[in-house]
Amino acid sequence: MGKAIHQREGAVMILGGGIAGIQAALDLTELGFYVYLVEKAPAVGGVMAQLDKTFPTNDCAL
Amino acid sequence: MLTNADLLALNGTPGNFTATVNLRPRYIDADACTACGLCTQYCPRHHVDPYNEGLAITRPIHIDYAQAVPATYYIDPSSCLFLQHGTCQICVPVCQSHAINFNQKPEERTLNVGAVILSPGFGKIDPKTLARFSYGKHPDVVTAFEFERMTTASGPFQGEIKCFSDGRHPKRIAFLQCVGSRDIGCNNGYCSSVCCMYAIKEALVTKEHDPEVDITIYYMDIRTQGKDFDAARDRAEAIGIKFVRAKVADVTPWQNRLQLTYATLDGQHKFEPFDLVVLSVGLESPKDARKIADITKIDLNRYDFCATDSFNPLQTSQPGIVVAGAFQGPKDIPESVTQSSAAASLTAASMKSARGKGVEVISYPDEQKVGATEEPRIGVFVCHCGINISSVVDVAQVAKYAGDMKNVSYFTENLYSCSQDAQEVIKKKIKEHNLNRVVIAACSPRTHEPLFQETLRDAGLNRNLFEMVNIRDQCSWVHAGEPELATIKSKDLVRMAVCKARHIQPLPEQTVPVTSKALVIGAGVAGMTAALNLADQGFDSVLIEKSDSIGGNLRHLHHTLAGDAVQAHLQNLVAKVRASKHIELVCNAELAQTAGFIGNFSSVIASGKGADKVEQTVDHGVIIVATGGREHRPEKYLLGKSKKVVTQQELEKQLAGKGKNRAPGSVLMIQCAGSRGDDLQYCSKVCCNHALKNILKIKELNPQSQIIVLYRDMRAYGFAEDAYLEARKMGVVFIPYEVDRKPEVTEKGAKVQVRFFDSIMQEEVIMSPDLVALSVGIVPDDTDTLSKLLKLPVTANSFFLEAHVKLRPVEMAVSGVYVCGLAHGPKPVDETIVQAQAAAAKAAIPLVKGYVKVDPIVSSVEQDKCIGCGLCVSLCPYGAIVMQKVDGKRKAETISASCKACGICAAHCPTFAISMGGFTNEQINSQIEAFGDRAQVTAV
Repeated sequence: MGKAIHQREGAVMILGGGIAGIQAALDLTELGFYVYLVEKAPAVGGVMAQLDKTFPTNDCAL
Repeated sequence: MLTNADLLALNGTPGNFTATVNLRPRYIDADACTACGLCTQYCPRHHVDPYNEGLAITRPIHIDYAQAVPATYYIDPSSCLFLQHGTCQICVPVCQSHAINFNQKPEERTLNVGAVILSPGFGKIDPKTLARFSYGKHPDVVTAFEFERMTTASGPFQGEIKCFSDGRHPKRIAFLQCVGSRDIGCNNGYCSSVCCMYAIKEALVTKEHDPEVDITIYYMDIRTQGKDFDAARDRAEAIGIKFVRAKVADVTPWQNRLQLTYATLDGQHKFEPFDLVVLSVGLESPKDARKIADITKIDLNRYDFCATDSFNPLQTSQPGIVVAGAFQGPKDIPESVTQSSAAASLTAASMKSARGKGVEVISYPDEQKVGATEEPRIGVFVCHCGINISSVVDVAQVAKYAGDMKNVSYFTENLYSCSQDAQEVIKKKIKEHNLNRVVIAACSPRTHEPLFQETLRDAGLNRNLFEMVNIRDQCSWVHAGEPELATIKSKDLVRMAVCKARHIQPLPEQTVPVTSKALVIGAGVAGMTAALNLADQGFDSVLIEKSDSIGGNLRHLHHTLAGDAVQAHLQNLVAKVRASKHIELVCNAELAQTAGFIGNFSSVIASGKGADKVEQTVDHGVIIVATGGREHRPEKYLLGKSKKVVTQQELEKQLAGKGKNRAPGSVLMIQCAGSRGDDLQYCSKVCCNHALKNILKIKELNPQSQIIVLYRDMRAYGFAEDAYLEARKMGVVFIPYEVDRKPEVTEKGAKVQVRFFDSIMQEEVIMSPDLVALSVGIVPDDTDTLSKLLKLPVTANSFFLEAHVKLRPVEMAVSGVYVCGLAHGPKPVDETIVQAQAAAAKAAIPLVKGYVKVDPIVSSVEQDKCIGCGLCVSLCPYGAIVMQKVDGKRKAETISASCKACGICAAHCPTFAISMGGFTNEQINSQIEAFGDRAQVTAV
């Protein structure tokens, strides 16, 4: 994602960058919208990034 | 992506919201930080690491984990010496890229957005609730989140499980379920829906670490109602993990261990000592739920989760704002992922007119032609990765070694090959030295190959003229103790890559146009919802239904457990489908034949019967499978033989009717009738809640009615637990039964008699209720035919198998085909609706783009060599190879758009007629030969 521009048509704000927010952001960009993913922590990923076995490689494609 | 950010205000109306966001400073310039980690090493202050659940110590200046996005360090102001006390600043001169900036100030930003998705996740249970289990008092009582970090190989103890009290390895571990869930003591009456699964997962992982360890899970009901989740429980039991149905009253220190006090079903008090106790803590509403509600003006439910209804499961009380994930109610990863896609499709529909207006298009310079005969001019870049590689591998020696090889026109070292300035250097060197192949020896291609390929494209080179060597993971990391050997191995790998690079060729970037129409199979609630959502996004679909009317199973339902009226919603849905100009509805129809691939399907639809039968051909780009399921009718418990034995669905119909005595005076319900290891192997997820729904209705109509429920695990997950509690408060008796002591139903004259073992009273009971209601499972409607027709895989239980159970829950292995509803697995109506919306989101992606990109590494068939044996066709898991007649001979051909480049066909072709783009036999052979030829370098 590029740097946020203040005025933008077709933008959506997603509050929370866990697995839910990330997936919604990925789908929306693919559907042709610009996304502001707003996350309170210093990194996205949420709780899923803390999990061990379910997803050993937790790279997200943002 | 705005991290370290808080939402301060939200104003406006759908299509035109203004959000105010506060960006807290990281104190590190994200563009300059190379994530080398030197600052953390020098920082003198300790900081409890929240990422590791407080089990480890880090420094105020740190990164949570190596793969964090953005990959930038940050300073936690709460413990930084400079930010708290104005001293120190040691990190500033340490940072070689001058990224640390203590002058950063909080920044307020205004965002203009058309819609909002709320996905703030969940909160954690208050430690006060955990205190009665000695949490916080005894170090060997941990939460499951802490235990998860402990078992993680990359966690603070490298996966070693130990007691904090004295470091010994625990021999006996207890998991306590429902801590902070199903507990009105802490006002969390609901079930958190995920703890049973994660406890079983952690128990299995622990057994992997140490097969000798003795594990007991104390539970009230094991709620593994998700698709194929019961199988995990069976697996756990099979390897010796014990399940005990008991609520643990307390945990107290006893000698150097912990003693559990619990009561079993038969009223006995027991004590049991353990070394380690894991609390399966529930999910709470997010800590800032009320703040979010205040800012966005959405309604919350009684537990502070976002309030929604059964038929609009993601719509908040505010138009233009939808919810996804655990904030909508506790849920697991696949359901969160499904909800997110659904939220995306709802948002995309509401903002249809603005689609594509905010997206930047990246353009690249024209590609430089690199002919097959042109002499390779290879550039080799060897990365230090800060000290990650160079502290072990002699990077200079590796680079020099590569430089001596034939065809290598340029070589150098980079401190960080991935940094922004390094990209500029690579581009400059490509031009300067007229390079036509690039080899980068650095970290993992999994994370960084796309970045370098971008750089090549920017420099006007085809992105496939690139080869990456992983000398970090495969050399410096795994051979950290043997620097010399690690250096030799790095040279080997680089030599192999250079030899391969001599043979690599540019591959064309292919795109395939997409027919902008969907085929939706099945017009139940799933199919109708999906087609309507696509219509809302502006796409046409053909909706086919095999019966003569639409509505599917919804026709048999009357109200939901939450109390919403089903028929009104169904009528509304049917009316919308019939009125939509985007939907062509064909009833009495089935799919006769389908050919083609994503973006370009062509299907024959047969409709009508007998002489009226007609066939029509439809061209479409995507397929949504929503063929549904139906009630399973087991030939057990006198079902179909006695009028006094009905299914829950039949009971619901009776209760919704007008009959005077429709709510009988005594009802006995049998759960799992024919399910979970009987006719059906699986749990059907909805039956427990269906029973509760009917119980509440009976009690509403006839409060005197006596109801007994024989069950195995009451799976009233999520907020349905409230209904379970309500039923018990009304005096409904719930008695668990064991698989080896199933209830028996017999006919006694005009009555039915039920004989069962009462596990609470510990005695055999015989009853003659007015009515026996069976909670039967759900079976899919003929998935066999469609599975063969479309080459779609199914599970052992004949439901369609999704592409990835966690991360791609509505996509199928075959590109362009999506699944939703009961055809995917048993689920209630709200989850079906969400899944249908998610399938519509995924299906809309190729339709929006108008083309499908084909990865250039797909397979291709050299038809001269092909002998037409068809082995590849039978092996391809994606239906991506077809046989065609070429000059009267059978020849294989790859459908590039469907190919996933797995290479199975190429590996099996007996005549080597198939090769993979970027991995030709010639390239791989040269790489292998180079491996065995250490002398090669000096020879040239």
